[in-house]
Amino acid sequence: MISVLKSLWIVFTHLFRKKVTVQYPDEKITLPPRYRGRIVLSRDPDGGERCVACYLCAAACPVDCISLQATEDETGRRYPEFFRINFSRCIFCGLCEDACPTYAIQLTPDVEMSEYNRNNMVYEKEDLLISGQGKYHGYNYYNVSGMAIGGKGKGEALNEDKPIDFKTLLP
Amino acid sequence: MEANVYWIWIVLGVLVVVLSLAAGLIWYERRLLGWVQDRQGPNRVGPLGLMQPLADVIKIFFKEDWIPPFASRVIFIVAPMITVFTILMSFSVIPFGSSIIVADLNIGLLFFLAMSSLGAYSIVLAGWSSNNKYSLLGAMRGASQMITYEVFMGLSLMGVVMLANSFNLREIVEAQRGLWNVIPQFAGFVVFFIAGLAETHRLPFDIPESEAELVAGYHSEYSGMKFGMFFVGEYLGIILISSMITTLFFGGWLGPSFLPGVVWFFIKTFVFISIFILLRGSQPRPRYDQLLGYGWKVLLPIALVNILITGAIVLMIGN
Repeated sequence: MISVLKSLWIVFTHLFRKKVTVQYPDEKITLPPRYRGRIVLSRDPDGGERCVACYLCAAACPVDCISLQATEDETGRRYPEFFRINFSRCIFCGLCEDACPTYAIQLTPDVEMSEYNRNNMVYEKEDLLISGQGKYHGYNYYNVSGMAIGGKGKGEALNEDKPIDFKTLLP
Repeated sequence: MEANVYWIWIVLGVLVVVLSLAAGLIWYERRLLGWVQDRQGPNRVGPLGLMQPLADVIKIFFKEDWIPPFASRVIFIVAPMITVFTILMSFSVIPFGSSIIVADLNIGLLFFLAMSSLGAYSIVLAGWSSNNKYSLLGAMRGASQMITYEVFMGLSLMGVVMLANSFNLREIVEAQRGLWNVIPQFAGFVVFFIAGLAETHRLPFDIPESEAELVAGYHSEYSGMKFGMFFVGEYLGIILISSMITTLFFGGWLGPSFLPGVVWFFIKTFVFISIFILLRGSQPRPRYDQLLGYGWKVLLPIALVNILITGAIVLMIGN
């Protein structure tokens, strides 16, 4: 009987404690910056798209929700002709972000993505592409890779040696 | 029936107030349970969430009111009505104010005990007519629990009757003008409180409906408004037992005269309703045999000894 009264008293004192409810949507929970929320496609510091349509994210995706098609522009730079993510399938695991070699695809701490119509949950490239660099600033893939595209020839990247003319290496 | 022209207003008033209180309890219980669990309760539907009962009532009206084809139709439909009917009838003998009473019966207390005994029928009939083993289990447990606790519910009140010399609830309240009955009859109060908890099958005595144990116990097969009636019947039972505790042990409508008697009655009833809700939020559910053993082996002897001692003292003082 005493334990009943004691637990009654403890429960009663909880009436006067601070409540842990976050009154959404008036107050929102602050999510940490590496939270795996909505997927975006970022741009490099010069304003071009980072995505080179290498299909690595589509291959890494465990639920196959990414669909894209590669194409080249006139300078030889690859980019996705279309890039489609089906967010009703996406599990927000972040494996695509880990697989991307150019830091193009990123997961942002935004979770407010509800729709009334299931067809609106398929995001196209214009819904995914952002005008900034996302979480990784100052990284341009073509600065550190050996590809030759318009505006950058072979050997002009960071820490890259110029290609050797082997015909002048003859003894 | 006296020629009190206000009598029809009293009847209507009691009915309306009690039913609104039961609806308000939907909101109050969820809110209080929330606060006690470090969270807000429902506070979105209307100011402070006060429209929540309205939303719940509308939702329940629109639910499919399905009667299982394997159930006994007539009894299935009648069972929830018995709950609400007996509890509302019990309200007719409670004195809410100095002259606000629907039926000034000379055996008011016996009437209340009789009505709560009839209320046990609703559980048995509901579980039995559902033709479902879980409902039947809940019903049988409920029946034995309610019968057990009814025995000493009546016995614990005999001390009060001895002190007031009458079964009439109005006279019991009048007899408490000097001292509230809780002080001389503390054991009776405790036994009646626990028995009242069991009669309304509230936690920790909600074995008949044990959520998460027996699906929903005796009302598993009920949906729509019939379930709503069980639900409202449970809240009405809480209000009834709290009102009976204030009437019998805490002086009913008596109180300092700066507030009218009705207001004191409701304040005291409100305190006990809150205690009922707090008990729900804090107590684990005892095992079924522990429950019945507690009733027969602990509370019944206490009730009997209470009668013995009260009777002896009343005879000695020569009342």
